[in-house]
Amino acid sequence: MSGHGHKIPPGETPRWLDERRNVDKIYYGLIVLCVGSVAADLFYEKHGHYQIEHLIGAYGIYGFLACVGLVLAAKELRKLIMRDENYYDDDADDGC
Amino acid sequence: MLTTLAHSLPPGMLLIVGAILVPALPGMLRGAWMLALPLVGLGQVLLLDNGTYLTFSAFDLQLAALHVDRLARLFGIIFHIAAIISVIYTLHERDPVQQVSGLIYAGAAIAAVFAGDLLTLFVFWEMTAIASVFLILARRTPEATRAAMRYLLIQISSGVILLAGVIVLAHEGRGIAFGTFDINDFAGALILVAFGIKAAFPLLHNWLQDAYPQATVGGTVFLSSFTTKLAIYALARGYAGTEQLIWIGTLMTAFPIFYAVIENDLRRVLAYSLNNQLGFMVCGIGIGTEMAINGAAAHAFSHILYKALLFMSMGAVLHRVGTVLGSELGGLYKSMPWTTGFCIVGAASISAFPLFSGFISKALIIEQAAEQGYVVVWLVLLFASAGVFHHSGIKIPYFAFFAHDSGKRCKEAPLNMLIAMAIAAAFCIGIGVFPGVLYDLLPYPVDFEPYTVGHVVGQLQLLLFSALAFAVLMRTGIYPPELRSTNLDFDWVYRRLLPRLAGAAYRGIATASAAARDWALGLTRALYDYIVSHHGPEGVLARTWPTGSMVMWAVVLLTACLVFFYAR
Repeated sequence: MSGHGHKIPPGETPRWLDERRNVDKIYYGLIVLCVGSVAADLFYEKHGHYQIEHLIGAYGIYGFLACVGLVLAAKELRKLIMRDENYYDDDADDGC
Repeated sequence: MLTTLAHSLPPGMLLIVGAILVPALPGMLRGAWMLALPLVGLGQVLLLDNGTYLTFSAFDLQLAALHVDRLARLFGIIFHIAAIISVIYTLHERDPVQQVSGLIYAGAAIAAVFAGDLLTLFVFWEMTAIASVFLILARRTPEATRAAMRYLLIQISSGVILLAGVIVLAHEGRGIAFGTFDINDFAGALILVAFGIKAAFPLLHNWLQDAYPQATVGGTVFLSSFTTKLAIYALARGYAGTEQLIWIGTLMTAFPIFYAVIENDLRRVLAYSLNNQLGFMVCGIGIGTEMAINGAAAHAFSHILYKALLFMSMGAVLHRVGTVLGSELGGLYKSMPWTTGFCIVGAASISAFPLFSGFISKALIIEQAAEQGYVVVWLVLLFASAGVFHHSGIKIPYFAFFAHDSGKRCKEAPLNMLIAMAIAAAFCIGIGVFPGVLYDLLPYPVDFEPYTVGHVVGQLQLLLFSALAFAVLMRTGIYPPELRSTNLDFDWVYRRLLPRLAGAAYRGIATASAAARDWALGLTRALYDYIVSHHGPEGVLARTWPTGSMVMWAVVLLTACLVFFYAR
């Protein structure tokens, strides 16, 4: 969605999404939706199984932290398990 | 009349037998025939009444080739729908190997669902393994061939372990009916391992991520539907309420998503998320309440459709662009707008957006985890839900169709592929909007309302903030870029560690045996030298002594005798 690194073939008209400011619009729109979803918590009675669910925006906070944690952990995991693309290419020699 | 006919043949046999005719049929007729088989099969399943049919006994064992109940019917229906969609998706293919093996594979999975005894189950269990391997071999690349051999080895092992469990049961005189099993007895444990291999339990899972991305474009769509969900069905029938499964399932939902975030091959990302989705089902089976079993069955149903849809959209990309590496793609929405749209429907469904199929099925399982008091499980399932949106819901469509424009331009997917995707997408939305239709098919009566304000708002918060996390990480450059790479997983153990250990052991044994040989040779040599020195031509004992010295020694001895004689 970001503007840099595009390789649009010459002669092709750029699309709406090719413009950086339109991508920004989507981003800010997403923030508005997030705020709205938390605000919605104020307007209904919660029937969760656990106390924590009754916190305003509990699911939002959990979702955000879960995803950031997931990505940061996965980045660390890469240091441990990432190998060259052709790592298994000599499998043929081992016959498996 | 029709009903009697429907009960006279195990479902699935129609596809297995009908597949044999496929190579003989020309052009359009072949396509029509391949489509007619699962359509008629679906009709047959809908006509079946609950009960056990086609029973016979062999070697004192009671066999039943057709056992119908609500759970079997549900899986029978969805397997037929998956077969129909897969056949439409592959109609442009002219490769008879894929066509025949695809149909036999689907038929075997369906027949296994309706197996009333474990021997019948074993036969079709192994048939799915053998038929499906051709969908990988048909890619006809050296990597695919090697992956296919690993896949076959593991799948066949699952069957052999199942057979071992059956033999133990038969030997103990407990009969071989496909009933419920106890994990704490030997036969029960063996059968659980057999099911667990096909269900891709942690550490038994890697055949899935290894083989599925290597299969053909259409082959992966077939593969994604049957093997693992047959295992889920078998677990639901045999091990409902087995508490260990809750923890196995919870682990399964969580660990594959870390791999999915950093994997570059988008079909492999889907294989990891498939594994994660199976975790939800295994967890539901472990919880074992009627609603949790309903949840597992419903989730299997909607999962087959949205997972096939996602694999179809990535297959279309592979078909048109020649690669599904995230690092090579981007901007394809300009060339493949329909495929993009269908992919987004699949992504929304797997992410459990309200009004899409995943929402109404996954909620049953998560709700049960909370209601039964499994707090940790509940938290992990929510984490995995956010994670699956992150890598399947956003990453797949984003890197393939949006992200940086790769400059690649291609044609939209072939019409038959688009139709297949449209059907799957319609199911995903239909089930999401009218959950009652699926709920009515579930094994137990459903007392659950997915569309409450609390459920919808909570789920939207979880998803919107996950999307926000992705956007923030992307814009700050923290998100790890797609890189051409190989990520080590458990298959490293049998592709690298064990061969290396075997190599090291071989070298160790070779060195030891050489040393032992040297030692033995040295010993023999020393013995030889000793014998030669005593008995050889120059040896003390073999020397020819001169007569003079003999006489001298005789005189010495006689003198000694004389001396002793006088000395007395």
